[in-house]
Amino acid sequence: MNCFEIKNLDLFYGGFQALKKINMEIEAGMISAFIGPSGCGKSTLLKTLNRMNDIIEGCKITGSVRLYGEDIYNGADVNLLRKRVGMVFQKPNPFPMSVYDNIAFGPRTHGIKARCELDAVVENSLRNAAIWDEVKDRLKKSALGLSGGQQQRLCIARALAGSPEALLLDEPTSALDPISTGKIEELLLTLREKYSIIIVTHNMQQAARISDSTAFFLHGEVIEKSDTKTIFARPADKRTEDYITGRFG
Amino acid sequence: MKNWKESIMRAVFFLSAAASILAVALICLFLLANGLPAIGKIGPFAFLLGKDWSPADVPPSFGILPMIVGSLYITAGSVIIGVPVGIFTAVFMSHVCPPKLYKFIKPGVDLLAGIPSVVYGFFGMAVILPLSGNSILSACILLGIMILPTVITISESALRAAPEQYYEGALALGAGHYRSVFSVVLPAAKSGILASVILGVGRAIGETMAVIMVAGNQPRVPSSVFQGARTLTANIVMEMAYAADLHREALIATGVVLFVFIMIINLSFSALKRKEK
Amino acid sequence: MRKAKLKLSERILRALTWAAAFLTASVLVFIVGFIFIKGLPYLKPSLFAWNYNSENVSLMPALISTVYMTFLSLLAAVPLGVFSAIFLTEYSKRGNKFVALVRVTAETLSGIPSIVYGLFGMLFFVNFLKWRYSVLAGAFTLSIMILPLILRSTEEAIIAVPDNLREGAFGLGAGRLRTVFKIVLPSAAPGIFAGIILAIGRIAGETAALIYTAGTVAQFSVNPMESARTLSVHMYALSNEGLHTGEGYATAIVLLLLVILINAASAWAAKRIGVKK
Repeated sequence: MNCFEIKNLDLFYGGFQALKKINMEIEAGMISAFIGPSGCGKSTLLKTLNRMNDIIEGCKITGSVRLYGEDIYNGADVNLLRKRVGMVFQKPNPFPMSVYDNIAFGPRTHGIKARCELDAVVENSLRNAAIWDEVKDRLKKSALGLSGGQQQRLCIARALAGSPEALLLDEPTSALDPISTGKIEELLLTLREKYSIIIVTHNMQQAARISDSTAFFLHGEVIEKSDTKTIFARPADKRTEDYITGRFG
Repeated sequence: MKNWKESIMRAVFFLSAAASILAVALICLFLLANGLPAIGKIGPFAFLLGKDWSPADVPPSFGILPMIVGSLYITAGSVIIGVPVGIFTAVFMSHVCPPKLYKFIKPGVDLLAGIPSVVYGFFGMAVILPLSGNSILSACILLGIMILPTVITISESALRAAPEQYYEGALALGAGHYRSVFSVVLPAAKSGILASVILGVGRAIGETMAVIMVAGNQPRVPSSVFQGARTLTANIVMEMAYAADLHREALIATGVVLFVFIMIINLSFSALKRKEK
Repeated sequence: MRKAKLKLSERILRALTWAAAFLTASVLVFIVGFIFIKGLPYLKPSLFAWNYNSENVSLMPALISTVYMTFLSLLAAVPLGVFSAIFLTEYSKRGNKFVALVRVTAETLSGIPSIVYGLFGMLFFVNFLKWRYSVLAGAFTLSIMILPLILRSTEEAIIAVPDNLREGAFGLGAGRLRTVFKIVLPSAAPGIFAGIILAIGRIAGETAALIYTAGTVAQFSVNPMESARTLSVHMYALSNEGLHTGEGYATAIVLLLLVILINAASAWAAKRIGVKK
């Protein structure tokens, strides 16, 4: 089954076309990686999947994106969409409040007020993000006191608290040290069964290690998309091969 | 449901933002509506250039030239006294002062900025008046002190914002520390410093309570700095309590003239800021 | 190596810089010291008696009126200022004409001297709306006066909130309104707080804007439609009557302590957001 179906997607920032005629299907229940050099449009495409581009002034989108068959640009409630499609950003961005309140922010936004219900969601999300044992004694303390890697896992937990169907990660480990990166990668592999995960990464080893399918972007176009093993072993396109073997980018 | 909440609050924010515009519009409207007719009745020429202010005479005369001149003299004098001291102090704070001393001097300048006008007035009455009497000079000294924090604070941040390379470049050419600061850093910060002077002028020309307490307030064109003078602001405060009819309107018209002066100062300030960008 | 002899120009500049800084510092010390020496003998418990009468010019009613006036002014100005800032920063597009107009008018408001506010308050609140001399008329006049201060400090504090916090909230499905109130404003709170404290300082020190709006009645009344005097107005009245200058100095001490407290609180709050003043 497909989680996302993208058809004829064009995206403009003012006069600049950042994405050109993107057609792509993203399968549910696996990890898909977007790779490509800086400015190739991979992050931009990621952000169209939960409409984070709406915030940017002068951004115009044509074509269609469907989430399990539902068009997310026509008539959909954008806030509900973002609950269904969680996002984790490049730099960990915990809110300046307690660990508990960080996790509870999403559920509260969507109307969950009962204390016991929130307690359960918080514990569940933190367990899912494999950080419960590290923070269970300091739930009421500021999230800003956590280490960078812990903060990022907290942000993943925060996204999971809305029980999303898909999880978008925009270079989630680029600001972290190798050990924290390893922990996040492990975590993503355990989450794969429950969520459709899409990760943008600069790090090709990372894509090769954890993803099931990989798409290569260049100048706003998808050059090639297939399962990860194939794309790294036998890329169909010369430009993909050049990028993977480190000849540019 | 969420959406109407968003729309309502958006409208609330919009209306709040419109409050500033409304306030300025109302201030202009009420000042002009109450002041302009008086200028018409008295005659703009007689009002602005008349040397005689005798509202109690029959017929009364309402010439505010003495007050215009008084305001200009006192403002100019306070700038002459306050600006050099202020700029040198700003240089001290940005490029000379050891950090330990800065910890005391910075809150000190903030305190100077926070002291209420009346307190300055009390100080002026007790300390400056015995030296120079109720006079323009006294007012200039007191106002010179009062504009110090404005000049210092804004000049200091302008001096700090000047690129470090300028200073280093001058040092590398063999100029001494002070020479480098004054010949290179100071010119680089000149628009910020000019802005501080303009704001100081604005503060001086608009100051009311402290000036009343030391300037003597005689409504005549002064011929020396040792004479007393009355400013536009003083004219309004001193007579508004008992003024009626045309006299009252003439005082409001005095406010209009003051307002025009302030607008000129504001405009030159924002023109300067725009040029900086 | 022989110590190089400083050039003459270098020595002169150094002397002037230190002299200016010394002058500024000594003026401050002198003013504060003078007020304390003159006022301390009069700072007696009777000065804080509940009632004001001609024998005992207690400052208590004025102190309470100051608090009351401050409260009412903030009640009007803080929501307006904060909401305006929210509109300017979170709800408007760049280059919007309306936003530009709000900025220009807010800048204009911050340049208008207090006596002009006093005139406007008298014409609009006291006469036009027929509120007579009242705490409410004074408070509304002051709230326009401090509006740009609160708007600006809030705007700066909001701009200093990192964008990735907003992204985080949007990414969790929070709408703009919820993002502003739950994420942006709490993070900006110290900066907003610092602005409010400075506004309190301006209110406490204000005289010229109040004499003809709130009047000078020396008793406190809970009814905001009654006239009342704040501490600064109280001081001015005492100096005008000329009978109780000692008590005036004592009042000045109270005001100075207030200013010191306010500056310390504001600096403390500003430090928490890391925004340098």
